[in-house]
Amino acid sequence: MRVTKVNTMTEKYNMPDERGHFGVYGGIFVAETLIPPIQELNEAYQRYLKDPEFIAELSADLKNYVGRPSPLYHAERWSRHLGGAQVYLKREDLNHTGAHKVNNTVGQALLAKRMGKTRIIAETGAGQHGVATATVAARLGLECVVYMGSVDVARQALNVYRMKLLGATVVSVESGSKTLKDALNEALRDWVTNVDNTFYIIGTVAGPHPYPAMVRDFQTVIGHEAKQQCLEATGRLPDALVACVGGGSNAIGLFHPFIDDTSVAMYGVEAAGDGIETGRHSAPLSAGKPGVLHGNRTYLMSDENGEIIETHSISAGLDYPGVGPEHAWLKDSGRANYVSITDIEAMAGFHALTKMEGIIPALESSHALAYTMKLAPTMKKDDIIIVNLSGRGDKDMHTIAQREGIEL
Amino acid sequence: MSRLAATFEALSKAGRKALIPFITTGDPNPEFTLPLMHAMVEAGVDIIELGIPFSDPMADGPVIQRASERALAHKMSLRRVLALATEFRKTNQHTPLVLMGYVNPIEIFGYESFADAAKLADVDGILTVDLPPEEASEYGSLLKARAIDPIFLLAPNSTDDRIKKMDVLGSGYLYYVSLKGVTGAGHLNIADVEAKLQHIRANTQLPVAIGFGVKDAAMSKTIADIGDGVVVGSALISKIEANLDDLDTAKRDIIALLAAMRQAMDA
Repeated sequence: MRVTKVNTMTEKYNMPDERGHFGVYGGIFVAETLIPPIQELNEAYQRYLKDPEFIAELSADLKNYVGRPSPLYHAERWSRHLGGAQVYLKREDLNHTGAHKVNNTVGQALLAKRMGKTRIIAETGAGQHGVATATVAARLGLECVVYMGSVDVARQALNVYRMKLLGATVVSVESGSKTLKDALNEALRDWVTNVDNTFYIIGTVAGPHPYPAMVRDFQTVIGHEAKQQCLEATGRLPDALVACVGGGSNAIGLFHPFIDDTSVAMYGVEAAGDGIETGRHSAPLSAGKPGVLHGNRTYLMSDENGEIIETHSISAGLDYPGVGPEHAWLKDSGRANYVSITDIEAMAGFHALTKMEGIIPALESSHALAYTMKLAPTMKKDDIIIVNLSGRGDKDMHTIAQREGIEL
Repeated sequence: MSRLAATFEALSKAGRKALIPFITTGDPNPEFTLPLMHAMVEAGVDIIELGIPFSDPMADGPVIQRASERALAHKMSLRRVLALATEFRKTNQHTPLVLMGYVNPIEIFGYESFADAAKLADVDGILTVDLPPEEASEYGSLLKARAIDPIFLLAPNSTDDRIKKMDVLGSGYLYYVSLKGVTGAGHLNIADVEAKLQHIRANTQLPVAIGFGVKDAAMSKTIADIGDGVVVGSALISKIEANLDDLDTAKRDIIALLAAMRQAMDA
């Protein structure tokens, strides 16, 4: 009898199965009205990701519009200061629109165009995915509606304004906890009402199949580039990868091309908010249990009755009670490690990089940086860590200033 | 034969259609629901759909979302919904009860434990909104093994193949979502519903209840002429929402609307 845990990790990794399952996770858990558009999307995704013309157009857009490849930067001064492993930053913050999110929206928008859809909808937390969606919609001349929780609208006002400048309608969502999960609920309600002409660009590796696999495929450009760049710069593979995990798209984008390279350790960093022990956090992999939300089975933060618990993080982009199903699988299989970083620790990571390297990171990415500050000193000086610097910090200036009692 | 099958058979023999109210359990408070259920039966309803409140009701419009929020504020839960069903059965053994909700509370309860508990509560059917047939085969078997009907949704864009799939997996009745949208939406197109029902009838012998967007007696009559049952939810819950400070009036208005629907449907 096969021991699946061992064998799936020694055979070439090829999750999910054809119905979108990563082990028991993933799948398609939606109301009936969404099944036909999801099937239509899946057919388009399966077809175009093998279509040389589509791939060529996507590659050209990533190069000329997004500005790829993004650099792999050796943070020498910071590495010396940490006194352990050499830290390399994958500079997704240098992409057009300032985060990794655009890798995916460029891809999904090209799919929408080929499927003849005229209207784009999206959910957003920090606003980075909303901006990246509004950006590609503007470029293709498509109508764009972005759903955003009213709490996030308030704390990410700059991104709201950017989306409006780009021609998008931003709908402030007042239901539930008024954050990312509620924006997702509202986007699903829009989609169910406007299925015929609307393409829903989900921003993370969650949702019903094929989203977790499709968004991952658009984001793996991060890991493919990083691997190549690391080999060119150092002649070998890294020893560890570190990335923050909300839904988990930047993390899976970096991790996925390395899954079969078993010498490479992977650390996904969740938001511990005020601390896991306080219950005020956004760390389902660290402190949640499996359940079903937003179209997939995954680790979730829900109470003993199955109601979703309100989450907390200083970072709007990590403030989500679920996580992509592939991360749930990678956790259970032991291939990746999931750790957590509090708001206070993330702030320390934010300041460290800003002062040491002259790079102002997003609060989301600051969680990965803060974990790197713990990890690097435990490793040897010739070890290599690649950290996904998933976004830049401009959008967070207000949050940070406010937290530190400074009026802008 | 399940209570649901028997109910539809008896109605069919009498040339009548099922009137099926949906209410969110525990809205606006847990004490309101049980007397309302009994009063609805007296007003002539045939089946009751009891909503299980959920924090993230993705397929519901604002009216039912707010009903869920009110119920959850009183700590309503799947366990308490089952307890209420048990209480109802003490004095009513004939009206079929269908629980309707989202899958996460059931997943956390445990599928087999839930199927056992639902059987113990003498519930007749379960409709799990975000559990399509692709993910429901084991769960459906658990329910059927306990003579509980798994009820599935059909939508305007469901293909004939999918209708056939629901016909195999579902029992009791099929719930036709009459429009593309969330519950309580207001753009029901009767000609479209009629056309779709022909496709559905060609692919299943199961009774078809029609819901989403039924607001008044006239519309209930029109829908009753097309399907085997009429589901009304948001229109009832709106009466609660309009009278939160006077729940006697809320109850009276709900009963009056259901009585008017009954009369129109039987005329």
